[in-house]
Amino acid sequence: MKRNPRTVRRGATVGLAIASVALLTACGTAQGGGSDSGEAATELGEMEGQVSLLAWPGYVEDGSNDPAVDWVTPFEEETGCEVSTKTFGTSDEALNLMKTGEYDVVSASGDASLRLVAAGDVAPVNTDLIPNYENIYPFLKDQAWNSVDGVPYGVPHGYGANLLMYNTEVFPTAPTSWDVVFDKSGDYAGKVTAYDSPIYIADAAVYLMAHSPELGIENPYALDEEQLAAAVDLLKQQRANIGEYWSDYLKEIQAFTTGDTVVGTSWQVIQNVLESEGATTQVVLPDEGTTGWSDTWMISSESKNPNCAYAWLDYIASPEANAAATSYFGEAPSSDEACDYREDCEAYHAGDADYASQIWYWSTPIEECLDGRTDVQCTDYAAWTEAWQEIKG
Amino acid sequence: MRLSRLSRTTLGIVTGLILVIVYVPLFVVLVNSFSTSTSLTWPPPGFTLEWWGRAFQSAGAMEAVWTSVQIAVIATIISLVLGTLISLALQRFSFFGRDAISLLIILPIALPGIITGIALNNFFRTIMGVPLSIWTVVIAHATFCIVTVFNNVIARLRRQGTNLEEASADLGAGVWTTFRLITFPQLRSALLAGGLLAFALSFDEIIVTTFTAGSGVTTLPIFILNNMFRPNQAPIVSVIAVVLVVVSIIPIYIAQRLSGSEQQRR
Amino acid sequence: MTTHAPAPPGAPVPAPDRTHSPVPRPRRTAARAASVFLSTHPRTRLALLLGAPLFWLGVVYIVALVLLLVTAFWTVDSFTGEISQEWTLDNIITVLTGSLYQTVTLRTLGVALLVTLIDVVLALPIAFFMAKVATPRMQRILVIAVLTPLWASYLVKAYAWRSVLSQDGILEWLVAPFGGSTPGYGLPATIITLSYLWLPYVILPIYAGLERVPDSLLEASADLGGRTWPTIRLVVFPLVLPAIIAGTIFSFSLSLGDYITVNIVGGANQMLGNLVYTNVGAANNLPLASAIALIPIVIIFGYLFLVRRTGALDNL
Repeated sequence: MKRNPRTVRRGATVGLAIASVALLTACGTAQGGGSDSGEAATELGEMEGQVSLLAWPGYVEDGSNDPAVDWVTPFEEETGCEVSTKTFGTSDEALNLMKTGEYDVVSASGDASLRLVAAGDVAPVNTDLIPNYENIYPFLKDQAWNSVDGVPYGVPHGYGANLLMYNTEVFPTAPTSWDVVFDKSGDYAGKVTAYDSPIYIADAAVYLMAHSPELGIENPYALDEEQLAAAVDLLKQQRANIGEYWSDYLKEIQAFTTGDTVVGTSWQVIQNVLESEGATTQVVLPDEGTTGWSDTWMISSESKNPNCAYAWLDYIASPEANAAATSYFGEAPSSDEACDYREDCEAYHAGDADYASQIWYWSTPIEECLDGRTDVQCTDYAAWTEAWQEIKG
Repeated sequence: MRLSRLSRTTLGIVTGLILVIVYVPLFVVLVNSFSTSTSLTWPPPGFTLEWWGRAFQSAGAMEAVWTSVQIAVIATIISLVLGTLISLALQRFSFFGRDAISLLIILPIALPGIITGIALNNFFRTIMGVPLSIWTVVIAHATFCIVTVFNNVIARLRRQGTNLEEASADLGAGVWTTFRLITFPQLRSALLAGGLLAFALSFDEIIVTTFTAGSGVTTLPIFILNNMFRPNQAPIVSVIAVVLVVVSIIPIYIAQRLSGSEQQRR
Repeated sequence: MTTHAPAPPGAPVPAPDRTHSPVPRPRRTAARAASVFLSTHPRTRLALLLGAPLFWLGVVYIVALVLLLVTAFWTVDSFTGEISQEWTLDNIITVLTGSLYQTVTLRTLGVALLVTLIDVVLALPIAFFMAKVATPRMQRILVIAVLTPLWASYLVKAYAWRSVLSQDGILEWLVAPFGGSTPGYGLPATIITLSYLWLPYVILPIYAGLERVPDSLLEASADLGGRTWPTIRLVVFPLVLPAIIAGTIFSFSLSLGDYITVNIVGGANQMLGNLVYTNVGAANNLPLASAIALIPIVIIFGYLFLVRRTGALDNL
């Protein structure tokens, strides 16, 4: 992110917005609607002077890794809330860390958010106290992975799709189906990659939705025993041809550059890096649709710094900060306004509701089927984890 | 046994070959730190000094090095004290349960790091209710560093026997005086060697650290791991590694000099 | 001893019998009194020496370890991730009977044993050269050369091997002219990388062990007509065996618990460490993770028990 001269002005606006909220609440007038859940904060008070964030690497950058990448300092200057950050590598790690109650705010992906809600680790969020909430894309609001019964538990941050990446030397014409990593993966034996997480089972389910309609999968995160078994079978076949599973940028980028991997799931940001290095790769969103993530900033139910936490939620949803953070991480921002501060929104299909509708956002599989079926029990995340270990063998 | 010239040369060549292999990956790291590729691809597409410049501006990296040094120093001091005490006890006394204790010291290093890590994590968080912090890392590191000090010190104690200490006691020196003037000076180089190894062990530990570090505690290995998940940071990590390797030669060399000269005096 | 008190039986520092002391009698101070007390009460001295370390290891480590093992008998609510403290053998049974765990255990054990073997084979000549052939100056340089790689971070080295072993890597580049090719990512790559990472930890104890073998012994063997190989086999080897085993404890146990290297260069394979890590980190199932952790614990204890008699535990 390049610090641009508008930072200062924008900073002032946020500061003002927050100050006015605080002022409003100080007068005891912030009793408006939206507090349909008893637990959500109804008013804000004095800033506590610090806030501790639990975030994906790259979501909270204070310039310490790269002096040019810093959207925490302006926040600290505006609000006086000193930010301390802990990063996590997987959703599950985040879940574990939130249990300690040491963090005020967490950036949760859909495969963690519901579990955080269920465990009572996060509190509902009163969006009236977050002025920037209004601008956020409607298709990100009130979704299964950030709200429960219409009660929002957080503010959407950014979203992205798990895309099919391929080496253009091996694939002169772009593949249009995920079959190159499933049914036809044998053609690229030892050079196929897949995301290393139980949630990847949903990718197989998306594929089965299109190719094995007899299984009756309606939602890739709502699989009964039989459907899960079918997905596991598919993944076990795939396993024979997998060169390696990936979970960090660097591994994936290296493997595609050197040709150790020629096809597999990837993220847009990885393609951007590869492109800048002149690698012969391309990404595509196959016809079957795909999985993806839509992350949510949530507030701990045990937060000792709720005012600073609310301030952070508002700040990170503000166009400039959101643009900076999502651009650095490599995902679409949460509002059109943020695109004013980014040049690459198009590559990420930001705001394209049609594109977004092809994405099945990560959600936590639970026993109660997410697709509304009541006659069967669905397999939960624990079952998926066990299955995933079995698949890897 | 007198080694023939041929076998000496062969041994020398084998040693040289192994060392060459040992240094190939480090050479790759060195080259990568000057490479224009951000993903450490080989061969490097071009030459740049950008990463060296950026690494020295990276406050996060500096902070992480400093955190690691702090942790390693404190953990080393604790393990020096505890390791010396326990080796004095085990070498100078024979008592019931001695074998069990020597097993107990080895356990934290012999059991895989992930087990030590989750055990301590569980212990601190759920049993003790202590929030994870820099101190939990120090405690964890000190626990598995004791063994390196213990081994060096007990080997030295065994070799030097108790004659001098007995003489000192006969001449009227108290327990403490004897330790200060006789035992400790004899142990100095063993402590140095053990301490250095403990420091290195703590400095590069990642698995136990992952499970015991609190929010905001970023040791160097954790910083490196985190940066593998960030775009365009990998070459900076290479720079840090190169600097560490170069800088580390100084303390190792000094330690070598000290223990070497001590050996010659004897 | 100035007190002239006869040393109590069993005291490790028996005072020679003296009729009179030429040393002036020291002033009586509290410190002196304590010192006298300590010299005459070895058990107290022992207790003071052992107190702090035992407290540390016992309270911090053993308690933590035992509690972890107890956790193996509990279960976890899969959705909320809370541990429920109901006693059950389910986790243990899962681990003992699941084919997944058997496969992965065998794989891990194989990797750990191979890594250990490779490390010993590599460490022996280099340690021997350092201890018995090199000049003192050369010796110092070699120790530095062996220790230096320890300071390049573990992760950096693992990623460096990833680069070396890749299809486009330096290894392919070196061996391709001779018709060879890189093993690529997988178990061989894991074994190579782990051997590399732990090599200094194996060299150091063996080197220290060899240094302790007096040269005079080797000369005696030569004088008595012992040729090089029999001398090494019959004189040197038995003397350094404990040191070798001490080195193997490092490489074996470090390999047994590793999950990061196999992630970086191991292709699609997983080891025991990954199973533990996934269950605690990803699945948040500490009870199952603890049950899996029992496997390496049992293996290590078995190994330590086997080598205990050799005196290796004193040589780490």
